[in-house]
Amino acid sequence: MNAHDEPKTGGSHPAFPRRHLLGIEGLQPQEILGLLDRAEEAIEVSRQVEKKKAVLRGRTQINLFFEASTRTQSSFEIAGKRLGADVMNMSVSSSSVKKGETLIDTAATLNAMHPDILVVRHHAAGAVELLANKIDCSVINAGDGPHEHPTQALLDALTMRRHKGRIARLVVAICGDILHSRVARSNIILLNALGARVKVIAPSTLLPTGIEKMGVEVHSSMKEGLKDVDIVMMLRLQRERMAGSFVPSVREYFRYWGLDREKLSYARPDALVMHPGPMNRGVEIDPEIADGPQSLIREQVEMGVAVRMAVLEALSEHLPNK
Amino acid sequence: MAESERPLALINARVVDPSRNLDEAGSVFVAEGRILASGPETISQTPPDGAEIVDVQGAVVSPGLVDMCVGVGEPGAEHRETLASASEAAAAGGVTTIVTLPETNPVIDDPALVDFLLRRARDTALVNVRPMAALTKGLQGEEMSEIGLLGEAGAVAFTNGHRSIASSRTMRRLLTYARDFGALVIHHTEDPDLAANGVMNEGLNASWKGLSGSPREAEFIMLERDLRLVALTRGRYHAQMISCGESADAIRRAKRSGLDITAAVSINHLTLNENDIGPYRTFFKMAPPLREEDDRQEMIAGLADGTIDIVVSNHDPQDVETKRHPFAEAEDGAIGLETLLAAGLRLVHNDDVPLMKLLAAMTCNPAKRLGIDAGTLKPGTPADIAVFDPDRPWILDKAKIHSKSKNTPFEDARFSGRVLRTIVAGRTVYNYA
Repeated sequence: MNAHDEPKTGGSHPAFPRRHLLGIEGLQPQEILGLLDRAEEAIEVSRQVEKKKAVLRGRTQINLFFEASTRTQSSFEIAGKRLGADVMNMSVSSSSVKKGETLIDTAATLNAMHPDILVVRHHAAGAVELLANKIDCSVINAGDGPHEHPTQALLDALTMRRHKGRIARLVVAICGDILHSRVARSNIILLNALGARVKVIAPSTLLPTGIEKMGVEVHSSMKEGLKDVDIVMMLRLQRERMAGSFVPSVREYFRYWGLDREKLSYARPDALVMHPGPMNRGVEIDPEIADGPQSLIREQVEMGVAVRMAVLEALSEHLPNK
Repeated sequence: MAESERPLALINARVVDPSRNLDEAGSVFVAEGRILASGPETISQTPPDGAEIVDVQGAVVSPGLVDMCVGVGEPGAEHRETLASASEAAAAGGVTTIVTLPETNPVIDDPALVDFLLRRARDTALVNVRPMAALTKGLQGEEMSEIGLLGEAGAVAFTNGHRSIASSRTMRRLLTYARDFGALVIHHTEDPDLAANGVMNEGLNASWKGLSGSPREAEFIMLERDLRLVALTRGRYHAQMISCGESADAIRRAKRSGLDITAAVSINHLTLNENDIGPYRTFFKMAPPLREEDDRQEMIAGLADGTIDIVVSNHDPQDVETKRHPFAEAEDGAIGLETLLAAGLRLVHNDDVPLMKLLAAMTCNPAKRLGIDAGTLKPGTPADIAVFDPDRPWILDKAKIHSKSKNTPFEDARFSGRVLRTIVAGRTVYNYA
């Protein structure tokens, strides 16, 4: 890691010469750090009484969500509005998809409305990229199946950096349903790019094939895996995966992989706890930990808005008619 | 447990301890429920103070048998067998540890039930009882059971009983998940779809009898599937009971490739074949079904060359309600705890398998596979001991069977080899008068 790792605010930011943000994969460390620095400024904006900037004034941002989401969608909506954009939310699961319209049809329809920025979440990996290829505006991936969720990884990195001062050489454990998690994939790529040491801890049934070649240390025991860890990142386990298909039961999962006080004690004493939400208290995390002093979970939500403002702003620099 | 307080010395013995490859004249000294000394080291020692001296007059003293596949009726079918009655049968057969199947009512798929079994065994059983838990909830073959919690409660391994898991995906996940806990996955391989409604081995014999057959392929296709999945997942796997030559070949090959696998055969498949069914005798109806004589020979060869690690009784008590039916409608299963060793000795007398090999497959091999402290006469281990005269003739009298159920395929059979005394934790639990 030769890129600057410490936060830097004020002054100009390195260029972000991209039209879309489809994933963390392929981003240069400097680009990632540049986005984090922009986000630091956005935090300040969000904490002021006057939260409005004019960067996206006159621009149209469409949040196109093929999969239900509360926090990501509202986070993108607030971020866009704070930058002055006109934001429109479309929940497609309830409209045209049911009428049989294909993804490409939807893209063509939207394209005709001349949006400037499209924020897309879709249940299928690769769907956002497919859409980006068919549309003229900037596209931000807000989660495509189990593939990537770049703004989540960025907000996680921002949260970590603000508390630990750096990302390089941090030991980060990502715990739980790695197999189905886009958050895990984006974080693994980002943390490796910035020089962190990444561990994954999960029952082997929830690990993707080849995980050991993804630049992570693999553990199935929380006790072994959490040793020396600075950041414990818990993942949500979907209800339908708890009843015997991937793990036998909630109580067994919580007993061996749920983060409680005892398991957290295996990590470093100053370890911090994160969770992309929404949490299942009593499944992957003990309420005592989720709401305890080591938890950064609330703060992650605030950082989410800041990071999304930073991404929107960075992409806006390359919008046509600029 | 007052008797266990008094030390014991078994003298003038032929001490056979497969865990140390030991077969020598000597004694075995026991104190405080544990082996104090056994075999050659006893020559220079005197029996412990106050010991009861038992002159076994040249009989074999070996580790008590560990039977890795035992059905009991408790809970749910106590009229067929209880832990107490099964343990009496075990003691009469020189078996000091029974590893129980979870096919009870309710199925042993909850940690509280494992705990229940262990408490019942402690209070009522003469021999050690080590429960296996269900691999899938309700043995339905769909949802994996709580392998971690069940193991903590005391389950020594996980099996789906006599029901095979048809879904390859479920089997893969089970092997993968169990590996995280170092748990042993035990599987009865008989593809339920291919076996269809087969009630005996498919072949000429079944065809003449007018009975639907279960093809050998039902067994070894599923076994080969499992072995591929073990290679994929690197899980720990034990074939619960194999019965045909192709299965032995598959195990032999897979062992050469370094997989963590073992296999067992039931005593029935080592000593009986489908011809024994004779006039539709339902006590010879079992799962897997009795096969042809060639298969029996292959099982013996597999045991002799180490392909097959473990011999089990597959003790399965059934009563007249379930057995006194037309062959096709009768339940599977035969009892076997009392006759396991005696029937096994037939192989020794026929020079098919050396005594050491047979005993290893009934003592240290299962104990080692399950990771339990049993199946050995090493000093310091629990004094679980079988004393038997390998040549003494006897005839199995149905009236004297200790099991509550009498469904033995060896009724009125002549055996050479009689258990004389069985000792569990230093206490004599069976004495042949």
